[in-house]
Formats: sequence, C-alpha cells, structure tokens
Amino acid sequence: MVELWFAIAAAMLTAYVVLDGFDFGAGVLHLVVAKTNEERRRVLGAIGPFWDGNEVWLLAAGGTLFVAFPKALASGLSGFYFAIFLVLWALILRGIAIEFRSHVTAPLWRSFWDVTFSVASASLAVLFGAALGNLVRGLPLDAQGWFSLPLFTNFMTENPVGILDWYTVLTGVFALVALTAHGAAFLAWKADGPLQARARRAALRSFLVVAVLWPIVTVATRSAAPDFLAAFPSRPFAWVGAFAAIVGLVAATHAIRRSADRRAFLGSCAFLAGLMVATAACSFPVLLRSSGDPALAITAYAAGNDRAGLATALSWWLVGFPLAIGYFVVVFRMHRGKTPSAAEGEGY
Amino acid sequence: MVGGDALFWHRLQFAFTIVYHYLFPQLTMGLAFLIVVMKALALKSRDARWNDAARFWIRIFALNFAMGVVTGIPMEFQFGTNWARFSTFAGPVIGHTLAMEGLFAFFLESSFLSVLVWGEKRFGPKTHFAAAVALWFGSWLSGYFIIATNAFMQHPVGAVIGPDGALRLTDFGAFLFNPWALAAYAHNMIATVVTASFVVAATGALYTLQGKHAEAAGRFLKVGVIAGLIASFLVAFPTGDHQAKMVAKFQPVALAAMEGRFESGAMADITLIGQPNVAARRLDNPIRIPGALSFLAFGTFHSDVAGLDAFPEDAWPDNIELLYYAFHVMAGLGTLFIGLMALAAGFLWRGRLHATRPVLWALMLAFPFPYIATAAGWITAELGRQPWLVYGLLRTKDGSSPNVSSGTALFTLIGFTGLYFVLGLLFVYLVGREITHGPEPHEALHG
Ligand code: HDD
Ligand code: HEM
Ligand code: HEM
Repeated sequence: MVELWFAIAAAMLTAYVVLDGFDFGAGVLHLVVAKTNEERRRVLGAIGPFWDGNEVWLLAAGGTLFVAFPKALASGLSGFYFAIFLVLWALILRGIAIEFRSHVTAPLWRSFWDVTFSVASASLAVLFGAALGNLVRGLPLDAQGWFSLPLFTNFMTENPVGILDWYTVLTGVFALVALTAHGAAFLAWKADGPLQARARRAALRSFLVVAVLWPIVTVATRSAAPDFLAAFPSRPFAWVGAFAAIVGLVAATHAIRRSADRRAFLGSCAFLAGLMVATAACSFPVLLRSSGDPALAITAYAAGNDRAGLATALSWWLVGFPLAIGYFVVVFRMHRGKTPSAAEGEGY
Repeated sequence: MVGGDALFWHRLQFAFTIVYHYLFPQLTMGLAFLIVVMKALALKSRDARWNDAARFWIRIFALNFAMGVVTGIPMEFQFGTNWARFSTFAGPVIGHTLAMEGLFAFFLESSFLSVLVWGEKRFGPKTHFAAAVALWFGSWLSGYFIIATNAFMQHPVGAVIGPDGALRLTDFGAFLFNPWALAAYAHNMIATVVTASFVVAATGALYTLQGKHAEAAGRFLKVGVIAGLIASFLVAFPTGDHQAKMVAKFQPVALAAMEGRFESGAMADITLIGQPNVAARRLDNPIRIPGALSFLAFGTFHSDVAGLDAFPEDAWPDNIELLYYAFHVMAGLGTLFIGLMALAAGFLWRGRLHATRPVLWALMLAFPFPYIATAAGWITAELGRQPWLVYGLLRTKDGSSPNVSSGTALFTLIGFTGLYFVLGLLFVYLVGREITHGPEPHEALHG
C-alpha cells in the first residue's frame, strides 16, 4: 500500500511537471517568440484554457502527499519555508498576469503584464528545478525530522547546505531549459504563421541544449549525491524512465526538424515524465533525503498514514482520478486544433 | 521553538490570508448560482435579454474567480509551511478532504471555466449552460470539502489518536458527514447567496439611479432583491439558529464568550449592545432581551446556559472581546439585511422600486455589508475554537511549525500584505471598468 501511494504521489507530481511545464515554457518564451500584441494574445490564448487546470495538479499532488505522507509534507514545506513563499508569490503573479492582461487595451498595461508573466514563469521553472535538486542532494534533517535551510551557504553540497549551491543552481538551469523546450514545442503545435516558425526554432535550440546539459547533470548528481544513483541498476522503473526520456528527447528533436509539432510535443512529454519517474524510482522509499546521517532520512514507511487510512484514500482516489483525466480529455478536445486568432472573437 | 512570539505571526498571517481569500469564493459560489438562474430563465423564456444579463455577470465572475484561485493556492500550502505540527498530527484525517477538494472540485471548475467565459459563441447555448452548471456544482462542492475540513477542527469525529501520536481515521462516513459540517455548510452557502444577491441588486440600483441600462437594471434588481430576501431569511433561520445550537452543544464555552456571559444560570439573556470587560468579568452598558438566549440555544426560556465561570480559564477563548464583537456584528447585520430586503421587495412587488430613490440608495450602498458579516462569522467560528486548533485534541500553540522563526513569519506576512493590497486595487479597478461599461456587447474593449 505504501509503495502504491509513493507511486501515486510521484505520478501526480509528474503530471504537474508535464502539464504546467508547458505553461512555464510558453511564459519564458513569451517575449522572445511573440513580437506583436496579436501574437502575444495567441500565446496566452494557447495556454489560457489549460493553465488553471494544470495548476490544480500541484494542489492535487500536495493533497496526496498531505493524506499519504503528512510528516514528509509538513517537514518539507516548513523547512523550505522561504522558498515556498517565493513560489507561491510567483504563482500568484503568473496567474493574475494571464487573466488581467486582456482587460485593458492600453499598451503600457499589456507590456507590464507580458513582462510579469515571463519573469514569473521563468522564476518558477528555476525554483522547481532547484527544489528537485535539493531533494536529490539531501536536507539537514534533525532527529525529530525537521530542518530549516538558509538561501545559500558556501555553495557546496556538504553540510552546512543551503537551498542554492552549485548543484541545485545547475538543476534549476536545467529545468529552465527543459521546460522552455517543452513550452516551445507546445506553441509550435498550437500556433501558426511566424509565431510557429519562431517557436520551432526555439524548440530545436533548447532541445539541443538539453541534450548537452543532461549528461552534465547526471555526472554532477554522482558527485553531489554519490549514493543516489547507486540504486539505479536494481530499479526497473528507473530503467523504464531513463529509456522513455532518451527516446522522447531523440524523437522530439527529430520531429521538430521535420515540423511534426505534435510528435515533438509528445516526445518532450515523454522526456520530462521519464526523468521524473527515474528520479522517483532511484529515491524510493526515501521522500526526504538527509544531507548528514542517512539514518535521519524520512521514508515513505515512516512518514505515512496507516494502512486503513491509505486504503480509504485509495477508494476515493480511484473514482476521482479517472474523472480528472476525463475532464482533461474533454477540455483538450474542445480546444483542439490551432488557437483561434483573437480577431475571430472571444479570447484572451 | 525559535522565537516565542512566532505563534502570533503564524496566526495573523493565516487569518489575514484566509479572510482575504474568502472575499472571492463567497462571490464565486453565490454568483455561480445566480448565473445558473439567469441562464435557466433565458432558456426557459427564450428571452435573450436574460442571456445578456448573465453574460455581464460572467465577465465579473471571471475576474473574481482568478482572484479566488491565486489567493487559494497559498492557503493550501500554509498548512505545511506555518502549521507543520498540526499537519503531521491531523494530516492523516483532513488530508482526505483537502485532496478530495482538488480531485473532485477544482479539476471540474478549472476545466470548464474557459468554456463559460470564452465559449458562448464557439460552443453554443446548450454547452454554455452546461458549463455554468458545472461551475456552480464544482464551486459548491469545493465549499463542502473545505467546510468539512474546518468542521473536523471544530468538532473532531471519526478519528482517534494513534500509537505515534498522530490522528487516525476510524470512520470515514462520520468524518465526511460530520453534523457540524452539515450545519456550517447550509449556513455558509446561504450566506454566499446573500453576498451575491446584494452585489447584483447594488449594481441594478446604481444603474437605475444613474438612469442607465434600464432594461438590465430592472432584471438585476428583480433577481437581486428576490434572491436576497429569501437568502437573508434562511441565513438567520433555520441555518444561523441551528449553528448556534451546535455551538451550545459542542462548544459551550465559546457560546458563553460570544454572548459575553460571565455567569451561568437559567433565563439567559441576549445582549443587543454592550462591551465585554474581561478584567472586571462583566459587560459594560448592556441592553438585553431577557431569556432569549436560553430559548435560542435550547428551545425553552428556563434552560441553564453555562457562563464563562463554569469553565477553567485555560479553556476560555483567548480573545473574548473580539469574539463577542464579531458575533454581534454578524447577527446584527443579518437582522438588518432581512429588514432592507423586505422593504425593497415590498416596493418591487408594487412595481415602484425603480422610482423609490432612498431604497435604491440603500441597496446600492449595502453591498459591502454581507462581506463584513461573513468575515465576522468566520472570525466568530475560528476564535470560538480557541485555545484549541483541533477541538479538545490539539492546542493552537502546539500546532505551529517548530523550525520557522518569528521574524521569518513576520516577513512573509508583510509580503502578503503588500502583494494583496496591490492585487486588491487592480481588482477593484477592473471590476469598476466592467460596471462602468455596463451590460453591452463588448467587442471594442478587447481589440
Ligand atoms: C452574510 C453573512 C451572514 C449572516 C447575515 C449571518 N451569518 Fe452566521 N455565519 C456566517 C455568515 C453569516 C459565515 C461566515 O458563513 C459563518 C462562519 C462559519 C460558518 O459556517 O458560517 C457563520 C457562522 C455562524 C455561527 C457559528 C459560529 C461558531 O462556529 O462558533 C453562528 C452561531 C451563526 N453564524 C449565527 C448566525 C445568526 C443567529 C445570524 C442571524 C441573523 C447569522 N449567523 C447571520
Ligand atoms: C474552511 C476551512 C478553514 C480551515 C481549515 C481553517 C483553518 C485555520 C487554521 C489552521 C488557523 C490557524 C490556527 C488557529 O489560530 O487556530 C485558522 C485561524 C483563523 N482562521 Fe480559519 N480556517 C478555515 C476557514 C476560515 C475562513 C473562511 C475564515 C475567514 C474568512 C477563517 C478565519 C480565520 C481566522 C480569523 C483565524 C485566526 C484566529 C486566531 O487568531 O487564532 N478561517 N484557521
Ligand atoms: C484554509 C482554507 C482554504 C484553503 C486551503 C483553500 C484553497 C483553495 C485553493 C487552492 C483554491 C484555488 C483552486 C484552483 O486553482 O482552481 C481555492 C479556490 C476556491 N476556494 Fe478556497 N480555500 C480555503 C477556504 C475556502 C472556503 C472557506 C471556501 C468556501 C466555503 C472556499 C471556496 C473556494 C472556491 C469556491 C474556490 C474556487 C475559486 C473561487 O471561487 O474564486 N475556500 N481555494
């Protein structure tokens, strides 16, 4: 049961990264690929029907951790206190920028929200990447399972650690590039005309940078968290994830060259999902790794709800999850095809 | 604990962010209901002007919804960031309802919002109506899950403390259908309709006084006043009354504090006006209705109602004055609402409301007061729960995060204050523009 809930939590987080990831990527590229007001409205129109639903995956993943592994959630959120509020504030600004921009036509108003949207999206990509880096590197947990982290110390990965060190900055940058590629592929799929051409070019470039950075990050992980990858060979899911990631990245790069945009986007989804699955598989059963004594780590077994509680949660989860997927299918179908241009009437 | 007074900043930050968040969902939920009503009238009467009215409110709904979404996300995470020991303790139970809210309600709402807001032309009237219903259903469902969460904190049922000191769910049904949750849900949802109908009626009154948009203004007044009258009645009786009985039964010390009763006894009075003086253990300058509290809480004038003297001081809510004022503000406003809406409905009935300027002025200026009553009601509930975070099981002082210092909590509180102030200004500006523009086709605004 605990194993199942570990998998469910990992799956929900993966869905969040894959889905809200393209919103972040579109945000990062907003100022770069969309030059005119009309094009910027297209970018917002492309993610407009989806971003809020995508964000709900973060809430649902949070709720899942809350019910299944309350101790890990409480320790993680309070330990990262300051960074969490940066994320929350950036999420607020991102959402408000998308929704408020269209209400006033004044150019200054629109430029202001364009920049806000882009900066908030880019910060979120970096923050989430750095957060993942922190989880891999480990946290200074005490005997009661609490910790608190300064923003940075000496940028080294040994205690005393900070939120930012050379490794977590690297994972933050990696996330920024990978999500930029992801968002670019999404825009290439949803847009047409010069916007699409620019999105394709951005996608291709960022996929190539991802291909260069990925091996570097892997080597860095071996040095920052030597035992993390040790589990890899014995974890079938890690193999599956890594395989999906490689195939996804190759397919995406190949497809974007041939203007097969949807395939490129799906390849990018496979890449991100594969990375997440492989990371979760290597970490299992640890939820919060310790940067000091490994015995202090918080595992899924120790952080968990009891068996009966998890079984109850499973009973409603099995109803709710297909429903959520169903809504997504309906929404993606209703908004299928290219994003209609704003001149055609309703929209962002 | 790092920093002794961290608790104070945690509480203030939670209180500020939740009161601010709830300004928006209350209109979302009430307005979602009224939008369904208007769209149903349009489908039924084949009168396109009801659709125009609905379309105007959908634009305001969208702005309001966006604010509800972005201010709601921090709420979810503050359980972990600021109340980590509470989350560890209660997560195995309240994690259920919080996760279910995301899975069952937020996915539904967020999926169909864009269909409601942008999809009228693209998807046709039937789908558009279905989207309105989905939003109504989803938002009222999310209201239930969050109130069930809060109800567990007020009146914990269906769980026991497990061997590791954290709560364990023993009876999912009892937890989900907590009697406190049912009572609070009924009262709270009616209150959202009060808020929305006051807002709709105020807009109608504004246009009528300005002599603008007469067609739409008449419809707004009609929907607002009729819904407002019904909801104002229901919020006081039976739902408010029922809430008071729940408090009398499960939190008697909170009831004593809400009423400023320092001494126990039969024939308990209700105080209309008066200020609690906790140091001297009495109410200053009270004006009372004899016996009324006994009657309201237990159904007869002769029942004993416990006063604060019946409880040890460490069981008293820690801010009796504010609790007392908050409760009296809510109940006092509730009484006034019934009076105002009954008056307006009388003129509406005789077809004279549009020409009765004093009543129109009153309606126009009344819309902030349901927001105040709602915030006051929640402050009553949450202060009445003190000193407990989970009633009888976990004290508030034992629930905060041990690893967050008071300065850090103060810093994030200041950050929220600044950010929310700016967001509030922008929101008021944009809603003001929509109202100034009025219920007319909108193409020009979006070029
Ligand atoms: C428009 C808003 C509004 C109005 C007019 C009223 N209420 Fe209310 N009340 C609320 C909005 C509200 C609320 C904000 O929705 C609360 C907070 C918690 C809850 O479930 O509902 C609430 C809670 C609440 C409680 C529970 C407090 C606790 O849990 O400790 C009681 C006893 C009442 N109400 C009683 C009344 C009475 C007797 C009213 C008579 C007129 C009344 N309310 C009008
Ligand atoms: C329905 C879900 C809600 C939950 C789960 C909840 C939970 C909490 C928690 C954890 C605290 C901090 C601990 C404490 O001081 O006791 C708190 C305090 C508070 N909440 Fe709520 N709350 C909810 C709804 C609301 C709403 C809608 C409002 C107001 C609009 C509100 C008003 C307050 C206030 C004023 C405080 C501060 C009380 C104090 O100073 O102790 N709550 N609540
Ligand atoms: C501590 C308490 C609360 C938490 C943790 C919370 C959490 C949230 C979150 C995360 C959202 C955004 C959902 C999205 O992205 O679509 C939201 C919106 C919403 N919340 Fe809250 N909320 C709280 C209190 C309340 C209360 C007391 C109510 C009503 C009874 C309420 C009703 C709603 C509704 C209807 C929405 C939909 C958006 C909107 O209405 O504007 N919430 N809430």
